[in-house]
Amino acid sequence: MKTMDSKTHYLQQFKDVEARTRGAEGSWLSKLRRRAIEDFSEAGFPTTRLEAWKYTNVEPIVASRFKPAAETANGLSPERLSAFTLGTGSGSLLTFVNGRFSKKLSRLGPLPAGVRVESLAAALGNGSLDLEPHLGRHVETSGHPFAALNTAFMDDGALVFIPAGVDLQEPIQIVFATTQAEPAVTYPRVLIVGEKNSRASIVESYVGLGDQAYFTNAVTEIVVQDNATLEHCRMLEEGSRSYHISTVQSHLSRDSNLVSHNYAFGGSLIRNHVNSVLDAEGAESTLFGLYVIADRQHVDNHTRIDHAKPHCSSREIYTGILDDQSRGIFNGRVIVRPDAQKTDAKQTNRNLLLSKEALADTNPELEIYADDVKCTHGATIGQLDEEALFYLRARGISQKAARDILTYAFAGELVDEVKTEPARKYVEKLLRARLPGASETTVLL
Amino acid sequence: MLEIKNLRVRIAGKEILRGINLKVKAGELHAIMGPNGSGKSTLALILAGHDSYEITAGEVHYQGKNLLEMAPEERACEGLFMAFQYPIEIPGVTNLYMLKAGLNAARKHRGQEELDAMDFLKLVKERAKLVEIDESFLNRSVNEGFSGGEKKRNEIFQMAVLEPKLAVLDETDSGLDIDALKIVAKGVNALRNKDRAIIIITHYQRLLNYIVPDYVHVLVDGRIVRSGDKDLAVELEAKGYNWIESGAAAASGS
Repeated sequence: MKTMDSKTHYLQQFKDVEARTRGAEGSWLSKLRRRAIEDFSEAGFPTTRLEAWKYTNVEPIVASRFKPAAETANGLSPERLSAFTLGTGSGSLLTFVNGRFSKKLSRLGPLPAGVRVESLAAALGNGSLDLEPHLGRHVETSGHPFAALNTAFMDDGALVFIPAGVDLQEPIQIVFATTQAEPAVTYPRVLIVGEKNSRASIVESYVGLGDQAYFTNAVTEIVVQDNATLEHCRMLEEGSRSYHISTVQSHLSRDSNLVSHNYAFGGSLIRNHVNSVLDAEGAESTLFGLYVIADRQHVDNHTRIDHAKPHCSSREIYTGILDDQSRGIFNGRVIVRPDAQKTDAKQTNRNLLLSKEALADTNPELEIYADDVKCTHGATIGQLDEEALFYLRARGISQKAARDILTYAFAGELVDEVKTEPARKYVEKLLRARLPGASETTVLL
Repeated sequence: MLEIKNLRVRIAGKEILRGINLKVKAGELHAIMGPNGSGKSTLALILAGHDSYEITAGEVHYQGKNLLEMAPEERACEGLFMAFQYPIEIPGVTNLYMLKAGLNAARKHRGQEELDAMDFLKLVKERAKLVEIDESFLNRSVNEGFSGGEKKRNEIFQMAVLEPKLAVLDETDSGLDIDALKIVAKGVNALRNKDRAIIIITHYQRLLNYIVPDYVHVLVDGRIVRSGDKDLAVELEAKGYNWIESGAAAASGS
């Protein structure tokens, strides 16, 4: 009855949260937490008997019974942090160490009037912005125990608010670093609101320093209002013994446009839920994902695109590169509601297996309740093209370099889709670090 | 430069090359002609190091070294180049990227300094002119979306950049119209010199009107059945492969 015990462990911890926050925060927030912990209590931790979790066993997380991370920020010097930040001088950076905002490691670039880039705890504390209409309003906690736990326990994270009509030129980067020596859990929470006609680019990075076991349970809510455009890039460079479970929930209004990039490089067990609701005509959601894993890494991406209204389009490309005994899972659900006519949805999952022991699972789930729609999906699982390898080798390129070059080319299509240049450069750097044979810089006329 | 002795090769249990003997010296241009299925392309792929064949007997020496023991990339770095009969499309890898990686690997192998981007670009632009390749091709993915003729010209362009000591051109002429054929021939002729050996494998005599060989060999059923000078190609064109094949049949029957 280990799960039962672990559940009680978290329910017990929640009493501390309630004791700490009671009276100190808005009653709407207390209610939100309470409802979330009840949702968690009802669902409990998932087991592989559940269809949605059949490939991902969270027992190691459950059994670890992580304690909340200590509040002390340690082990992260500005020099070490710089390895994980975009190469921009003037862009804003919010850094969180072990779940806590670090003012010292953060900086705000010059921002247009009304733009808010700050610690969520601070924003909730000073009440300068009404977060009630957005925070916790989009992510589902019923039947989603990890999102429920995050909502019940959320403490700090990032708030990004772009007022109507503002076109933010510089990307905003949010770094969540875990440096904790003891096994611990953090609950990073991010709220991004792009008001109508605004445009912004936001990069979230999750990094682990050291090789301790820890658990990141993250939730990001994204609100893209009428005619707004948002590029959201999420990069996982978690530690080699870490667990990472996340939900990115986006809500799209009329004629809005979201491009989501979901990169997984580091982490021992990763489960991402990327959900997008197209809730008004003309909304467009693009979900890109890339997982480049090796050893015994396990990455499970569950995406759900909900076409709630007519005339919306979605495009999804998830690409896996799996080496050694790693395992990649893609489950892509597309729901087309009864009145969502003229929906245009396209989904692709491509997997490249670099070893005989790597394993890829791909599962498209199309639920279509409207009759005038265009929905396509396709999945491939393959190996490097032996004839292409031979061709490159016949031109003098070593076998190792040829493999890296072809692997990079397989992923390159997605990297090119990152429109924010410093973010694209950063992803290129991460990818080339894993494929040293393709490290020669691009040759252009 | 190259010496092939009694080379016997099998694929999937079937013997394709049945005792090939051939000597090629620096500066020479050899044409190997033969009907479909005679083993011409197998010979080219064996020389380049393709591993889908089983070598059952024989030796191949290249510049005094045992070629058969070398990895494909090592052969390339030692100056061996093959123009593929069917050049592969490699999406996501540009021509320039591949050539720079290949050229610099060879330079490193020879103990030379790697070319920087500036010198490399100067070189490729100059060589692109030789085979009338548009510069826009250089930044495109290797062979992706190229027409048949463009692919073949791209092979000769790569040869011009990599400057091999021994080039094996596998049916570079097939599928080319007369204009493209002339461009390819012009490129190959420009690359002929006293230090470089070239082996042209072809089904047709047509290319040899533009590239004049020093020696012509006829490959039938896995063996070189006849060798001669350029006149042999002309005779072959006039009389057809049947003329030789019947002779070969008689020879093997004896």
